[in-house]
Amino acid sequence: MSSHAATAGHIDHHHDATTSTGIPNKKLFMWAFLASDCMFFGSLIATHLIYRLHPPAGSPDPRDLFSIELTSGSTFILLMSSLLMALAVNAIQKGNVATTRKMLLGTIIFGLIFLGGQVYEFNHFVKVGGLTLSNSVFGSTFYTLTGTHGTHVAIGVLWLVLMYIRTFKPTDDSNGQGWIAKGALHFLAFAGAVVVGMYTLLALVHAYEEGHGLAYYFSHHFISFGGTIALIGALIWFARSPGPVDFGEANAIDVESMGLYWHFVDIVWIVIFPVVYLLEYIVLP
Amino acid sequence: MDQSLTKSDFIGHDDHAPAAKRSWMFARPDHKTGIVSWLTTVDHKRIGFLYGITALFFFLVGGAEALMIRTQLAVPNNTFISAQTYNEMFTMHATTMIFLAVMPLSAAFFNYIMPLQIGARDVAFPRLNGFAFWVFLAGAIILNVGFFHKAGLPDVGWFGYAPMTAKAFSSEFVGDNSTDLWVMGLQVLGVSSVVGSLNFLVTIINMRAPGLTMMRLPVFTWMTLFTAFLIVLSFPAITIALVEVMMDRNFGTNFFEVSGGGLPILWQHLFWVFGHPEVYILILPAMGIISEILPCFSRKPLFGYPIVVFSGAVIGFLGFGVWSHHMFTTGMGTVATAAFSMATMTIAVPTGVKIFNWIGTLWKGHLMMRTPMMFALGFVWMFMTGGMSGIMHSAAPADAQQQDSYFIVAHFHYVLIGGSIFALLAGIHYWFPLMFGRKVSEKAGKWSFWIIFVGFNLTFFPMHFLGLNGMPRRTFTYDGNMGWTSANQLATLGSYILGIGIAYYFIVMIYTYFKGEKVGRDPWDGRTLEWSIPNPPPAHNFDVTPTVHARDAFWYEKTHQAEIAAEKAKKAAEDEAHGGIHMPSNSWFPFITAAGMLIGSLCFAFHYIPGAIVGLGITFFGAWMWSVEGPGGYHLHPTKSDGDASSASH
Ligand code: HEM
Ligand SMILES: [Cu+2]
Repeated sequence: MSSHAATAGHIDHHHDATTSTGIPNKKLFMWAFLASDCMFFGSLIATHLIYRLHPPAGSPDPRDLFSIELTSGSTFILLMSSLLMALAVNAIQKGNVATTRKMLLGTIIFGLIFLGGQVYEFNHFVKVGGLTLSNSVFGSTFYTLTGTHGTHVAIGVLWLVLMYIRTFKPTDDSNGQGWIAKGALHFLAFAGAVVVGMYTLLALVHAYEEGHGLAYYFSHHFISFGGTIALIGALIWFARSPGPVDFGEANAIDVESMGLYWHFVDIVWIVIFPVVYLLEYIVLP
Repeated sequence: MDQSLTKSDFIGHDDHAPAAKRSWMFARPDHKTGIVSWLTTVDHKRIGFLYGITALFFFLVGGAEALMIRTQLAVPNNTFISAQTYNEMFTMHATTMIFLAVMPLSAAFFNYIMPLQIGARDVAFPRLNGFAFWVFLAGAIILNVGFFHKAGLPDVGWFGYAPMTAKAFSSEFVGDNSTDLWVMGLQVLGVSSVVGSLNFLVTIINMRAPGLTMMRLPVFTWMTLFTAFLIVLSFPAITIALVEVMMDRNFGTNFFEVSGGGLPILWQHLFWVFGHPEVYILILPAMGIISEILPCFSRKPLFGYPIVVFSGAVIGFLGFGVWSHHMFTTGMGTVATAAFSMATMTIAVPTGVKIFNWIGTLWKGHLMMRTPMMFALGFVWMFMTGGMSGIMHSAAPADAQQQDSYFIVAHFHYVLIGGSIFALLAGIHYWFPLMFGRKVSEKAGKWSFWIIFVGFNLTFFPMHFLGLNGMPRRTFTYDGNMGWTSANQLATLGSYILGIGIAYYFIVMIYTYFKGEKVGRDPWDGRTLEWSIPNPPPAHNFDVTPTVHARDAFWYEKTHQAEIAAEKAKKAAEDEAHGGIHMPSNSWFPFITAAGMLIGSLCFAFHYIPGAIVGLGITFFGAWMWSVEGPGGYHLHPTKSDGDASSASH
């Protein structure tokens, strides 16, 4: 923004003339919250480390469980989602709502892929590795730590979806809260598309793993497949351009605060990933 | 108004649509009185008042619990209450006093006074502020449902040491759910404290009146800022610890379960990483209040202002490095013990510095011995006593003898009652005229001070000796030949006197509210901005946002009246040119969101999952509606009819 020093009347999102410091309230709030969240994850990571360094006798060996390839892949996807998030912030700062929407959607999809990877992993560890919340402290700390991170990602995705829907708020809000009802339907379609879509995708993976052909898949999962298509259709229908919208540069600070949260959650993963998956621990006597 | 001003994120878009036009069920209420106006309020002063009333109520509940404890200990081998009830009483007494009395009473002052001291119209996020209060109330209800339900009250101590909180132990006695209630209640209270503190943090950093630089901030506001930092950084540790207990109890994890490889000592670390900063969360606001009252009644500026501020920062910072002094006897090893011992001793330095500053403020002052001043002086004296015994435990070998004895009980009551409570009672006296336009009679005020002071010292001073004579804390009863009888009887007598003093204090306050002497604005000849406005304060606080030129801004205004008047006229004209003063509208959603949390957490504590899901759904609905509702708002024109420059420019 510094290069636009001369554009008078242009809103500078990093300075708010009405606050004592020039930093917008929402941004300061988010930074302070993230400081708090550092302590939150710090306590969880410390718990995990203590039990990794002092494993009780008979603890499972994480090296037998983890698939570093898979987790590296989903880590990469999560980091790339941060890029899309940054692009979304950039777009809305220029008032480009269409691009903002696309980038938000991209972030949402990448976030969902990461979550999907985690669901797959948890499932795999329980079924194949025999690691559960209750059968070892390693399981307790592993699922709690990565699960809490996953919850943060899920909250972020939810927030992104709500922000995405807010980008459709029409300028003309005179007929009361009509758009909120429509937004709620939009949200339901979104949630439905995710759940049903995940289900059909998993069914496809299963069909493939068990050696059934596509024909089998379509015949057995016709309804959920059709449902997915219908819900995606509904999403596209809801996303038609509704005329002028009440979402623009002024909301850049909202998107930016959300972006800070999203980046933070990614950064925390950069700490968790090596601590949980990569380091090999010397077992102290 | 230039562009950047309309984009202000704490005001947001103007929403001029009148409330009647909105034809949906949660129309923004514009009531000024009545229950709806309280449920939906976003006014920091009303929210402060709600905090205060609730906290005082729980202060009485906690006090009643304390009297049960003391009555049980009045004579050897007493059977007044059972061991189980005794456990519930000391758990609930401490939990109530800390989380439901002292912290929210401090929050009442943060809410009511701090924005006035910094010349702000409200806090940075007014709806979030209301939300913090309703969530606090939800947590308080969850902790106390055991009074009305067979689950029983929590009985694990306010420190909830593992493995006492394990499932195996709780089902042995009355209620299986009492510990779940404790775990959920504290988590909900944590949400309230953190959200509230983030709000205060942003408010102090971002919403100061023009000219109010950080080094001109009133000390109470500084201490609010440090307290908020401590809360924001220490609460996550206990939240994680509570989440882990919750998982152990509900989902079969093994965090603190020795049979599954868990380490109960981990609980102690996580708890005290929170717990030690927590004691400073309780005392820093008190220090802030004292630092307002002493200068006001000594007719002098605070001695060594920058040092008072920096020592507060140092206390906050060191507070994070000393948690293991609560664990000297757990066998951490000599290095850790020595390190924590030394770190603890260093905290005495900034604390001592503060005491010297207060004495310096009194030195050669024209002391006005009004009731707030009496309580403040009582604070300095008793806080010093408590600090002294604190230093004694920082020496690990001495602490090995004192730990979990009545000596500790004496110590923390000297700092918590002699410190926090005395300062808060002083603050109520001091700011009462600002809130209600009436002043407590000096005679009644001094009587209540002396009764409380004598009762307090009689209760807790003998406990030092009880502790040194080996009486362990959390003992339900004792034998007659232990040599503890007379000191216990003295303490119990003292506690009744203290109870009478507190009851008298309350009666005096209620009387004053209805019939007390009426006073105008600024009855104490105050120094800080909160005294510059009419009482009771109007919703918009300041007709014209003050401009600050010096520390003790109001004192400066009084001595530079002509200059300030001209400045105010100019500012009023500017406000009018910008369409008047923008105020946020009331909203239902903070209340609804918090109600969802109450329902969800309560149902979860009773393992009723459908209810928990419904609660979560309500919370989600409230938050979503809140986010799309927008801040709304309306405009006020307090200076328009004054007929001066302000109306001309419109
Ligand atoms: C109203 C007068 C009060 C009396 C007579 C009183 C009495 C007691 C007693 C006898 C105990 C020891 C219970 C035991 O361990 O066996 C205790 C514990 C405690 N009190 Fe008070 N108390 C009073 C006010 C307060 C206040 C105002 C606070 C907080 C600001 C407070 C905080 C605590 C704490 C933190 C404990 C420790 C609980 C534990 O670790 O077991 N008390 N109180
Ligand atoms: Cu401590």
